[in-house]
Amino acid sequence: MVQDFFLLMRSELMLILIIFGLLFLKLGNARLKNETVMNMVNVVLIATLAMGFLVKDTGMIFGNMFHTTDLIRLEKNILTLGTLIISLQSYQWLKAHKHAMEFYLLLISTLLGMFFMLSSANLLMFYLGLELSTIPLAAMVNFDLHKKQSSEAAFKMIVSSAFSSALLLMGISWMYGIVGSVSYSAIAAAISGSPLEILAFVMILAGFGFKISAVPFHLWTADVYEGAPIPVTSYLSVISKGAILFVFITVLYSVFRSMGDTWYYMLYILAVATMLIGNLFAMRQQNMKRFLAFSSIAQVGFILVGISGQSVASSTSLIFFVLIYIFSNLAAFGVVSLVSSAYGKEKMDDYKGFYQTNPLLAWTLAIALFSLAGIPPTAGFFGKFFLILAGAAKGNWLLITIAALNMIISLYYYLRVVKAMFMDHNAAPLEKINTPLSPKIALIICIVGILITGLYSGAYDYIYQLVS
Amino acid sequence: MNLNWLIVLPVVSALAILPFSQLKQVRSIAAIGATLQLLLSCVLLYVFMQDPASSMSGSMAFESSYAWYKPLHIYHSVGVDGISIAMIMLTAIVVLAGVLISWNMEKMSREFFFLLMLLSAGAYGYFISTDVFTMFFFLELAVVPKFLLIGIWGSGKKEYSATKLVLMLMGASALVFIGLAGLYFNNASGNLSFNMSELAANPLSVEQQKFFFPFAFIGFGVFTALFPFHTWVPDGHSSAPTAASMFLAGISMKLGGYGILRVATTIMPEAAHYYSPYIIVLSAIAILYGSFATMMQTDLKYINAYSSVSHTGFVLFGIGMLTKTAIAGAVIQMVSHGLMTALFFAVIGMVYERTHTRMVDKMGGLLKTIPFISTVFMIAGLTSLGLPGFSGFVAEMMVFIGSWENGGTLHRVATIAATASIVVTAVYILRAIGKVIMGPVEHEAYFEFKDARWNEKTAAIILVAAILVIGITPFLINHLITPGTEAIMGKITPLSP
Repeated sequence: MVQDFFLLMRSELMLILIIFGLLFLKLGNARLKNETVMNMVNVVLIATLAMGFLVKDTGMIFGNMFHTTDLIRLEKNILTLGTLIISLQSYQWLKAHKHAMEFYLLLISTLLGMFFMLSSANLLMFYLGLELSTIPLAAMVNFDLHKKQSSEAAFKMIVSSAFSSALLLMGISWMYGIVGSVSYSAIAAAISGSPLEILAFVMILAGFGFKISAVPFHLWTADVYEGAPIPVTSYLSVISKGAILFVFITVLYSVFRSMGDTWYYMLYILAVATMLIGNLFAMRQQNMKRFLAFSSIAQVGFILVGISGQSVASSTSLIFFVLIYIFSNLAAFGVVSLVSSAYGKEKMDDYKGFYQTNPLLAWTLAIALFSLAGIPPTAGFFGKFFLILAGAAKGNWLLITIAALNMIISLYYYLRVVKAMFMDHNAAPLEKINTPLSPKIALIICIVGILITGLYSGAYDYIYQLVS
Repeated sequence: MNLNWLIVLPVVSALAILPFSQLKQVRSIAAIGATLQLLLSCVLLYVFMQDPASSMSGSMAFESSYAWYKPLHIYHSVGVDGISIAMIMLTAIVVLAGVLISWNMEKMSREFFFLLMLLSAGAYGYFISTDVFTMFFFLELAVVPKFLLIGIWGSGKKEYSATKLVLMLMGASALVFIGLAGLYFNNASGNLSFNMSELAANPLSVEQQKFFFPFAFIGFGVFTALFPFHTWVPDGHSSAPTAASMFLAGISMKLGGYGILRVATTIMPEAAHYYSPYIIVLSAIAILYGSFATMMQTDLKYINAYSSVSHTGFVLFGIGMLTKTAIAGAVIQMVSHGLMTALFFAVIGMVYERTHTRMVDKMGGLLKTIPFISTVFMIAGLTSLGLPGFSGFVAEMMVFIGSWENGGTLHRVATIAATASIVVTAVYILRAIGKVIMGPVEHEAYFEFKDARWNEKTAAIILVAAILVIGITPFLINHLITPGTEAIMGKITPLSP
């Protein structure tokens, strides 16, 4: 039993170790350099990653509230990898920050919440994990205390996530009222698609919709992304969204499987609206962070198309896509973050002529954007097309046509940035940026990931094997 | 012979360029790479022709297959028949000529040659794929390098042209993808499959074919300047730098024709019969509209770009006729137009480099000062108007004869209408030649011009030689492609009503 506990929860325990370690250091008033703290955390994260890959085991503990399978372990590893990349990228920003230690406290707490959420076998456990992951995020959004915009963003974030949590909780309590249990397996066995169950499901879906910022629940996204410090924005758009998507697919596919026909049409409408609105708004953005915010909304639309396929290929493609999305979006945010911390510039126009002075960074951003747009040979091509292919299995060709057309719209605005960097003339482009070692490592991981994950099918095969 | 070398070689030469930054090093690597590509293609042609089992049967030769995304039944499978080899030879010739023409590309030379090599890798991969997903991958691989080539090294309203081109081509690929997904899920075998021969053996039901054929046809058609989706052609071609124009018009536009032949018509034959009248009407419009629009142009690049719309119209026209001779004519027209238009763009580039204008009415009497370039100019023009002895004549003649084999009234009328374009072509070509090449020398400065340098001469000679080989000994290429076209006809004809 004790052995099980340590074995099954080892990723969580590692994170708890970091949290308590940092707390004790803080309490002990240790005068550590920020660099030291960051390196320590990074090392433990790498250890967590390694441990996640080493031993395989599955099981349930805590009275069947917490379960672990190889697939869940893989999902946790993907998130840990993403967090590690973000931690490396935030070097520049945190180096001189007064509260680096607290940042890591909050960051690791949210990650811990996500891990519990992923491992939940029970709606209550899921809700606990979700709250643990959301509340520290609001504090992180406001981490640059002197910025007014950040405070506004944090306020928006806390209000909207409280609202969505309330909706979710409402749905969960109705579900409990109908079924008499909150465990996934009990609900899956009991539901039959009655109107009340559909109502409860809609509440739960709306809660999820807020968290993954699907249209029409997306209104908080752009402001929060713009106001938050860039590492937090990338964390929000990649890790937090990825975790919710992983849980979303578990809830849809294992808990509400018997209602598949009902929620297919809900997802259909959400997907179309999300793709269209996300893309159309992204076309007009001038601020890089807002631009990436809307592009990430549009990406969720494509993901919803894939999820609507309801097959093994759908789950596989979703996890595969999130992995690729982590690499691509973090590469894009990495470059934006370097530019922003060096010159404080976040406008698209500031990137004019960027290629002349920073060719490598320009190529990195271009490859990341190509991957987000789904252009070969980058991994994004495979991720996006497998999602659409998974969605096409249902034979709804109208949805597939809309998705395909949206890919073109999205290509247009991704190319705008490429055009600014490579083609537009600028008498005084941004000066050469000296990239410190750790952001450099992060960018290299991302680019290698973008180029390898798609061309070499190993990752997809592995995920497929775990899913089926 | 392992066909994957055709992909590996350009990719390796592209990567080999990256560590260097000097123009001299970069261009030598690119030239070596392109020469090796041509040699490899010649070896492939030789081995293919030597082996009667592959060259006479019409089935795919040198096939190999690797599981790529096995759970999704996606394989990287390759194979060639005579048609693919003809296209591969075309690609190799045009790429080598393109590298030679860009010999003095000072601006960002490393990136330029890198993208050029990447483009050629996409084209080779496309022509050897026998799995439609892999084919689609290579089709899209070639799109973004075009955007960068036009947008960075182009002239005129280059950003506009580049964006227009890339959006239209990506839209086309999206349509192609829907068509391919339809084949993947609905083929009669009941298995999910992207394999070309498996799909052709288990066709969709007639209703499904009628639904998915337009997606695949229009998608590929946009690449081949299908009317009314041809608008990217004039802008894209005229804004692009010389080598990119050569590649775009010479190879990229052929990707579409090849795709229609291999995927749309072969896998969905009944729909091809059903939609044949529409294809004929649209391509006849393209042929006539293209040639009349060319008459109005005064910029040499626009002349060639609009005439490309007209000439590639013949490719779709031939395919739409669904007769053996017409399809063979369409394939030869793809090769012939690829060579001719590459030569034309090359020579326009040479003229522009000297006169600094592309306007027909601002030039004159070039034959007296730069005879070599002017002669090549004339050869390109005469090929374009279909003079016997050059490749254009063979191709267009075969398309017309093949069209006449199709007895439908609409098809007859369309054929008669399309032949009218020959006259119009003669008008604009002869007018351009007369003004630019003949007549009095326009400026004193023209006497100072230096004739073609060795690299320009080599590029032109390679292209002219290929045009003459097809023009004088058409049976060679006919012999190469006939088993392939017969195999395609075997899929189409028995099903005709």
